[in-house]
Amino acid sequence: MAERRLLLGDEAIALGAVHAGISGVYAYPGTPSTEITEFIQAHAPQVRSRWCTNEKTAMEAALGMSYAGKRALVCMKHVGMNVAADAFVNSGITGVNGGLVVVAADDPSMHSSQNEQDSRFYGQFAMIPMLEPSNQQEAYGMMKYAFELSEQVKLPVLLRVVTRLAHSRAGVEVSEPVGQNILNPDNERTHWVLLPGNAKRQYAALVQKQDDLVLRSENSPYNQYPNLEKAETGVVACGIAYNYVMENDPSTPVLKISQYPVPEEKLREFAGKCSSILVAEDGQPFVENLVKGVLGSGYTVKGRLTGDLPRTGELTPDNVGAAMGIVVPKAFRKPENVMPRPPALCQGCGHRDVYDALNRILAEYKDARVFGDIGCYTLGALPPFRAIDSCVDMGASITMAKGAADAGVYPAVAVIGDSTFTHSGMTGLLDAVNDNANITVVISDNLTTAMTGGQDSAGTSKFEAICVALGVAPEHVRVVVPIARNMEEITHIIREELEYNGVSVIIPRRECIQTLNRKLRKKRAEQQ
Amino acid sequence: MKKDIILAGVGGQGILTIATIIGDAAAVAGLSLKQAEVHGMSQRGGDVQSNLRLSTETIYSDLIKEGTADLIISMEPMEALRYKEFMHKDGMVVTSSHPFRNIPNYPAEEMVEQELENLPNAVSLPIESMAAEINMPKSANVILLGMAAKYIEILTPEQLRESIKRIFESKGEKIVEMNIQAFDYGLNAVK
Repeated sequence: MAERRLLLGDEAIALGAVHAGISGVYAYPGTPSTEITEFIQAHAPQVRSRWCTNEKTAMEAALGMSYAGKRALVCMKHVGMNVAADAFVNSGITGVNGGLVVVAADDPSMHSSQNEQDSRFYGQFAMIPMLEPSNQQEAYGMMKYAFELSEQVKLPVLLRVVTRLAHSRAGVEVSEPVGQNILNPDNERTHWVLLPGNAKRQYAALVQKQDDLVLRSENSPYNQYPNLEKAETGVVACGIAYNYVMENDPSTPVLKISQYPVPEEKLREFAGKCSSILVAEDGQPFVENLVKGVLGSGYTVKGRLTGDLPRTGELTPDNVGAAMGIVVPKAFRKPENVMPRPPALCQGCGHRDVYDALNRILAEYKDARVFGDIGCYTLGALPPFRAIDSCVDMGASITMAKGAADAGVYPAVAVIGDSTFTHSGMTGLLDAVNDNANITVVISDNLTTAMTGGQDSAGTSKFEAICVALGVAPEHVRVVVPIARNMEEITHIIREELEYNGVSVIIPRRECIQTLNRKLRKKRAEQQ
Repeated sequence: MKKDIILAGVGGQGILTIATIIGDAAAVAGLSLKQAEVHGMSQRGGDVQSNLRLSTETIYSDLIKEGTADLIISMEPMEALRYKEFMHKDGMVVTSSHPFRNIPNYPAEEMVEQELENLPNAVSLPIESMAAEINMPKSANVILLGMAAKYIEILTPEQLRESIKRIFESKGEKIVEMNIQAFDYGLNAVK
């Protein structure tokens, strides 16, 4: 009997990739994708798995491994796709040698994100095949399938999951692993050197492949077409939406789509047997729009655009049930005195001391603006600190502070974490130095990537050197330890650097309280 | 047979340990299982929950439908009430009675108590002081699991006890014994 394991969706993807013979995983941590790489780091020492500086470096390194003939996996959260986009889209033009699979973990409802963009648009944009598992077993099995598909069509494959699958556990039957590919670098320079002459040929070849990709979707084992005579409403369900439909009524006629491009012939056939169609998909109305185009305006297509399903937020068995006309009467109502409990910075966290100090000094500068960034310290926006004025994307604190300073804002302060700084802050700092912008950058260094659970941070122990190398005057790179008893020194330094007309960097450095406690616990356990 | 359980609490209180123990017991018993967890930002002191679904049949959705949950197991009384509308009319609540106040507008304790008393089926005990009493301050979550054990039904207390042994095995015999003791303390505290 096959071995059965209890796995998170992310872990199922990780194990599936390891069993598909990957030689490397390349990733930057991001909820809900982080556990894929963590699982490989913990369980597959034969796979290269160290964290990358950002999603773009990850994507490019993976493409390099594919060029060399081996199988590579890239993992990121949906907004990471924006960072990796240049390399990602062009990998569709170069094509691949060894199998290359990109996992994008979307976060509809924005549980831990600043938007709910749908990565399937990226797959369509890059014109590559996409897979969207509906459960943990499919997620596992699809990895081997995805690497084989990638090598057959010579294109990267995008595997899209959403939070509810990534972070849900179920039993998974595992199969025999396959070995890694041998080193076999590609010799076809015309594929890889994207000078316009080559790129035009490659792009035409990619367009030519599209019919084959549709045909593969029509015949995919993951796109299930129901045995059907005639029906009132049929449902087109993508990925995990399939589960919500089945949960409500397993006898529903469903065309299940888990491989893209959308199998148009199957869709037409299905629509021909139904009098209307409901499209259930998590994320944005990607398939719904497409279905409307295929079926024309005379055919009734319901979904997120018609209000049958909510336009924003994730699908649930409840809102899918409601769209199907199935409502469970509620026996209870949530009491009014149940209050929201938002997350907060941990007690003892160094970011708290940084914001205490900043707030104390900035009270003296009524026009001050603080540009925040992505990480635990974004929670400084909430009470009791209310310390930041913006948070947009990885690295935007420094560049937005610079732009605001260019416009005349003073003081313009950027607050960025150590890992976010190496991810996307360094280039912005160089811009600021070259323009001699009057900004003060606070790199709040807790020696880890804390928000996602304490992964290694790419720049640890290198920050002073990086800032000086980028051209910040060494006397304006200041390091402090953010604890209450140093408050006087910290506020003094902040005031000095605000008064300096130019780029200064303050690095409050103290280990994340979570990783510190974890280390102490481990040490204690070892001593016992 | 099915059992849809909502585990609730505040980030850091250890609800995922409860989920792991039940999940392991279910896997060994050959039941179908789905367990949706919360990772990421809310773990920093925010409200957290896990949907744990056990069944002898195929389970489709990772999430429990509103109005269908059988059991709420909560490390915190207000957090138990947060998921009240997910329960069907015969649903059961097993919760800690000890409020975790990390928000300025936490409701009056009497109001929370009253809400719990108004429920047709609820058990509420001060698991943290119980844990302190038996010198195991870290085992409050396992006491809570013990309290809930007889309402899980699809698994027996004995199956859960075996699972505790497997889960804590790597931490040594002493830790296993402590957790078994905590589990039994919770189990016997509920009539």
